[in-house]
Amino acid sequence: MKKFLMASAATALMAGGAMADDHSVKLGIMLGFTGPIESLTPAMAAGAELAMTEVSESGKLLGGKKVMPVRADSTCVDSGAAAAAAERLVTSDGVKGIMGADCSGVTGAVLSNVALPNGVVMISPSATSPALSSAEDDGLFFRTAPSDERQGQVLAEVLKERGIEEVAVTYTNNDYGKGLSDSFAKYFVANGGTITSTTAHEDGKADYSAEVGALAAAGGDALVVAGYVDQGGPGVIRAALDTGAFDTFVLPDGMIGAGLEEKFGSEIDGSIGTTPGSDAADSTMVKDKVAATGEDVTGPYIGESYDAAALILLAMQAAGSVEPGEYKSKIEMVANAPGEKIGAGELAKGLEILAAGGDIDYVGATAVELIGPGEAAGGYREIELKGGKIETVKFR
Amino acid sequence: MDFLNALVVLSNFVLIPAVAYGSQLALGALGVTLIYGILRFSNFAHGDTMAFGTMIVVLVTYLFQSWGISLGPLPTALLALPFGILGCMLLVLFTDRAVYRFYRQQKAKPVVLVIVSMGVMFIMNGLVRFIIGPNDQRFADGERFIISVREFKQLTGLSEGLAIRTTQGITVVTALVVVTLLFWFLNRTRTGKSMRAYSDNEDLALLSGINPERVVLYTWLIVAALATVAGTLYGLDKTFKPFTYFQLLLPIFAAAIVGGLGNPLGAIAGGFVIAFSEVTITYAWKKVLKYLLPENLEPSSLMQLISTDYKFAVSFAILVIVLLFKPTGLFKGKSV
Repeated sequence: MKKFLMASAATALMAGGAMADDHSVKLGIMLGFTGPIESLTPAMAAGAELAMTEVSESGKLLGGKKVMPVRADSTCVDSGAAAAAAERLVTSDGVKGIMGADCSGVTGAVLSNVALPNGVVMISPSATSPALSSAEDDGLFFRTAPSDERQGQVLAEVLKERGIEEVAVTYTNNDYGKGLSDSFAKYFVANGGTITSTTAHEDGKADYSAEVGALAAAGGDALVVAGYVDQGGPGVIRAALDTGAFDTFVLPDGMIGAGLEEKFGSEIDGSIGTTPGSDAADSTMVKDKVAATGEDVTGPYIGESYDAAALILLAMQAAGSVEPGEYKSKIEMVANAPGEKIGAGELAKGLEILAAGGDIDYVGATAVELIGPGEAAGGYREIELKGGKIETVKFR
Repeated sequence: MDFLNALVVLSNFVLIPAVAYGSQLALGALGVTLIYGILRFSNFAHGDTMAFGTMIVVLVTYLFQSWGISLGPLPTALLALPFGILGCMLLVLFTDRAVYRFYRQQKAKPVVLVIVSMGVMFIMNGLVRFIIGPNDQRFADGERFIISVREFKQLTGLSEGLAIRTTQGITVVTALVVVTLLFWFLNRTRTGKSMRAYSDNEDLALLSGINPERVVLYTWLIVAALATVAGTLYGLDKTFKPFTYFQLLLPIFAAAIVGGLGNPLGAIAGGFVIAFSEVTITYAWKKVLKYLLPENLEPSSLMQLISTDYKFAVSFAILVIVLLFKPTGLFKGKSV
């Protein structure tokens, strides 16, 4: 409750100066400004606001409408607080779409309790849980981040191509780790691979020798570590290296980071991994501009946030209306082919083409391509560790 | 050959880690048991006392590293250890003067002191985080291995490898030295004997002219040294993170109680019992059995008794069993 009050007060202050009128449209930015990912969210919000400013300044959205961002706190973990904050965004601030939420759990809660009953479009930049693919959404929910289901599939393909047939799996004991490990196991086994053992590890422990002992007894060509690079993941790798249990590791997105090179150098050469990324799009423009506002841009999902906000605005232009009920069906149209390709920083050009009745294929900062139930197809960068450095092998 | 391979696998994944972990627990449990025996309360602040001592060792190690001082193949932290012990001694003496002495003079019940020690625990906990932060600190340097898996395989020609980390070797050697010194002190010196007398019967000890404040002072000094050594060895072998020291409290108390609270020999035995049961019960025996059993009997499952998720439950279970059937612990300590 306290968090909710604080978030309300903060957003009321921010929104105070900008009353809605015919010349403006409000968009909600719902991220966990407090809670476990509070260090990542300011840059994500800045990314979304960058897209909004770009559109406002172009003066081309539906005859020159300005876009007003309204921030709200999702807390990342407290579904009740998130739903209350979203309710206020919709009923009191009157936002026409929500860029958010961030964590999978609260996103599901906001979707079913607020967005669905009120008919408001939500585009999440970072909720990756496979469970959201099958959530009931009336065509209102989209995400610019791929589902972990997809990453599991890509990872399984990478291993198949490299001829690794037997692996042991350890995952961090939470929704991300479990979901990713399950989807990887499904595709890996379907491809004819064998999983010798699956063991969870708790983050924040000092000693993983028992877990590694169990994994080593099961054996395998490589060890899949679905964990976090700043948490238990490196501890598991260190224990496995020291006991000689494994020397090749398979690392999903949570494990790819500067910390990996720092901690292991060339000790884990030959290890492979996947992380969201694409060669068809360039997010440096977004990151540079966000960095100019003083935010820390080393975190993920900044380009995805920019794209989520941009998609809502482009769809409004295509539908000729700011009402969610009317523009929701246009989101997939502007995101996917056919049409003129629109990159990050070219929103004005996209708005112009749409105003003239043309079609666009929004690429944005992260090569957005929506599939199935309105989620990103997911481009992945396959990486390999060579000489102690993370090197890109190819894009998938 | 198969038998040797089985032995090597077992040593690599079970025996060596368990011996190192057991030594660290034993040193921690010795501190708890001394406090219980002489000051007569369970000191919940022990884990954080370890963290405080280790923190000073870590900071001094960083200082030495920046000055370019090192011990060659051995970790610099060994050089910084005396400073950590001194710092930790000052801290526990201060808490004794500021907090515990008041309750001792009131002749407060042990349970009151236990609660007081929890308060001290939270304050020390905050103090350590305030000074060094809640994150991991890696302060081990020098040679990583006494023998690495690759060297061992080349040396012996066996198909299984064995690794002994330098920190594991140091842990065992240091623990042996410290325990020998402690027992020599308790059994041979005048102060040690007066401490034991005070522990056995407070009234008789006072009648025979033993100064209680002196006994208390020496107890705290020894406990501070033990805690810092145990904490530093654990941090060197694994990593230093304040929260994990707080979590260490459970296995340390389990070790002290299993061995018999107040009995130093019991604390050591208890440390090894807890360490070995945690590691062996959650170990997957498949690979060992594969070498030992004839080919047609080779197990297809992992032969794991319980999943590693339940590691901490093992110490709890042993604790409950011992308390049910032998409340004074294996070595006849005081009943809890």
